[in-house]
Amino acid sequence: MIIDAAARSSSAAGSSFAGELFLGRRRRPKEALIQGFLIFCGVVSILTTVGIVVVLVEESLAFFLDPNVSLIDFFTTTAWQPKIGQFGIFPLLLATLLTSLIGMLIALPLGLAIAIYLSEYATPRARQTLKPVLEILAGVPTVVYGYFALNFITPILRGIFGRDVVEIFNMASAGLVIGILILPLVASMSEDALSAVPRGLREGAYALGATKFETAIKIVVPAALSGLGAAFIVAISRAVGETMVVAIAAGSGPRNFASWADAWRGLALFNPFASGETMTGHIVRISGGDLSYDSIDYDSIFSIALMLFVITLALNIISQWIVRRYRMRY
Amino acid sequence: MIEDGWTGGGYPEGSRLQSFVTGRQRTGQIWKTLFLGATMAGIIALFALLYNVIDDSFGFVAYQNKVAPEVLVSEYYGTQPVPEGVLSAGEVRLEALPTADQVAMLKGRVSAGRFRALEAQQPLADRSSAELAQLLTAEVIKPEIVAAWTLTESLFDRARIAAEAEKLSGARLDFRSWVTGSFLTSPQSSKPELAGVRTAIFGSLWVTLIAFVFSVPLGVGAAIYLEEYGGNSRLAQLIETNINNLAGVPSIIYGMLGLAVFVRVLEPLTSGKLFGVVDPTTANGRTVLSAGLTIGLLILPLIIINAREAIRAVPHALREAGYGLGATKWQTISAHVLPNAVPGILTGVILAISRALGETAPLVVVGASTFIVVDPNGPFAKFTTLPIQIYQWTARPQAEFQHLAAGAILVLLVLLLAMNATAILLRNKYARSY
Repeated sequence: MIIDAAARSSSAAGSSFAGELFLGRRRRPKEALIQGFLIFCGVVSILTTVGIVVVLVEESLAFFLDPNVSLIDFFTTTAWQPKIGQFGIFPLLLATLLTSLIGMLIALPLGLAIAIYLSEYATPRARQTLKPVLEILAGVPTVVYGYFALNFITPILRGIFGRDVVEIFNMASAGLVIGILILPLVASMSEDALSAVPRGLREGAYALGATKFETAIKIVVPAALSGLGAAFIVAISRAVGETMVVAIAAGSGPRNFASWADAWRGLALFNPFASGETMTGHIVRISGGDLSYDSIDYDSIFSIALMLFVITLALNIISQWIVRRYRMRY
Repeated sequence: MIEDGWTGGGYPEGSRLQSFVTGRQRTGQIWKTLFLGATMAGIIALFALLYNVIDDSFGFVAYQNKVAPEVLVSEYYGTQPVPEGVLSAGEVRLEALPTADQVAMLKGRVSAGRFRALEAQQPLADRSSAELAQLLTAEVIKPEIVAAWTLTESLFDRARIAAEAEKLSGARLDFRSWVTGSFLTSPQSSKPELAGVRTAIFGSLWVTLIAFVFSVPLGVGAAIYLEEYGGNSRLAQLIETNINNLAGVPSIIYGMLGLAVFVRVLEPLTSGKLFGVVDPTTANGRTVLSAGLTIGLLILPLIIINAREAIRAVPHALREAGYGLGATKWQTISAHVLPNAVPGILTGVILAISRALGETAPLVVVGASTFIVVDPNGPFAKFTTLPIQIYQWTARPQAEFQHLAAGAILVLLVLLLAMNATAILLRNKYARSY
């Protein structure tokens, strides 16, 4: 009856239905087209990942298939000097590890402390002033941090430890500034993790007579451990991938050793005040100069980049796994 | 009556309890101070950074002129009176000279070939007296900076600076801001006195524009797909994992991707040879277009993540209302969801652009020019950007270039501050509560 009434009213209004009412689903090609375009937009990100993997693997393969290069030497020799055919990644890897380690020594404790202060102790007004400061620190471009490392931190280090101990380009000041750079990331991710712990847990602890400090350390931090772990690993991944700070402040040549014995003598390989070049710094320096395609130099930077990509991808996957596995549900 | 003293196990009692509690509270206070100290350390780091940059951007410089301006003026006019306004308060103002005199001065002092070259660039008679004054300074007077000091030294250590300046023969001392109008408008130069950031700023703007045009439609489209159409399908989950992984990839890897794909494989497209608008002998793939596409790929995950948050924040009731009135899915999205999500999307886009402005490493890999004095004039031009200019100046050993780098850093920071302030203002203005 309703349908009849509708049909009559539509014919009365002079519509084209003229008594017939089509209630089936109208074909809308425009909708399908738009959906197709949106799917394409989403697929671009997959294409990007595929592109990265294909490009890195292809050029690295060209590098390793070159008769002058052996995969075993790549991992076991201690000098990286393409000009004389030495391709051991150890010096670059060591410099990356050293600078990232120094950065983590600064950023992890300080970041966690800032996060605990912001989530447990700070008044809302203090939090309102402090969080923008952290955001500003996070927004400063890395090349500015590189300038800061070379012109401010290095003179201070040379003043404290002596000019003959600390070289002008050294890994310690680069590591320090990487720590400052990572600090806002650690602080904000840790603070998110700590704030996600329900208040009930804290209240329970206070009710049992715990001080604020004891609650924070014994109750809140263990409860937020998965988020904190993820934050730390993301920070390590960022420190490993950092380029401009080390390119400016750490040095412009890999710190090569003649042999493993040389490296371990006097623990010279762990000296942070020496200059060194990380994997990322090396890539930037080589590609900033004249680079002819298909030369061994061109292929070699792709092998370094592949290693870098694998390391950061592994770290990111581990951090996601930690969150999934250890997340506590309240 | 509870005895004083600890029974050896369990919770302390009596007066021992008092000292136990006090001890714990004191530990808590000490740690609270340490946590506060850590926060202060972060703030101090930020201020140290700003202090360092501002300190190096202003200060006294000692410079020597090849030809002193007073000598130039007096030699030209001889016994005739010098026009008004030129010699005032012990300073020579070349821009107050009449243009005809300036051209004659220039002609008398530079080589014939150089004069012809300058004339060919733009007829000298047509140039303004300010331009001619600049030309006279660059070609004839040729000031050369021999020493430079920082702001704190200039403010607090004048005596030492004056003593050092005395030792340099014929050097004049002048307080100089390294960030001046001419710094912003001059092109790159190998001489620190004349160098400016104009080419770098234009390069940055071009690259950012191309990145914006490339990545904003794609990013917003992908976000719409993930939020509205994707649901829990396998494709949507794959895309989401991809984006999370891509957001964590170091920026230099994007540079390698750009180098291999945009600069090398797509060279006919990115160099402009395909369109026939460039000279095939000098064109290569290291152009603004390659750089813009690379940076676009870099900021794509950021835009997608932020746009998703913005779209997710639009309440379901709006969508349901649209469907209830018979709108199709796309009609609901385009007419209801998107307009309400625009402020959030805009904030995300501005944050992504800020990130794009500060990127250095991927652009060095893609092939920014190391020395370029011509402004980019299209998507197929060679380029350099502001952060790369800062990197190159910082890498030079001379102190003057460190000061130039500090000035360029100030310009970059002001630009970023303006963008982020705009983002915050927009967010606050258009934030709606439902």
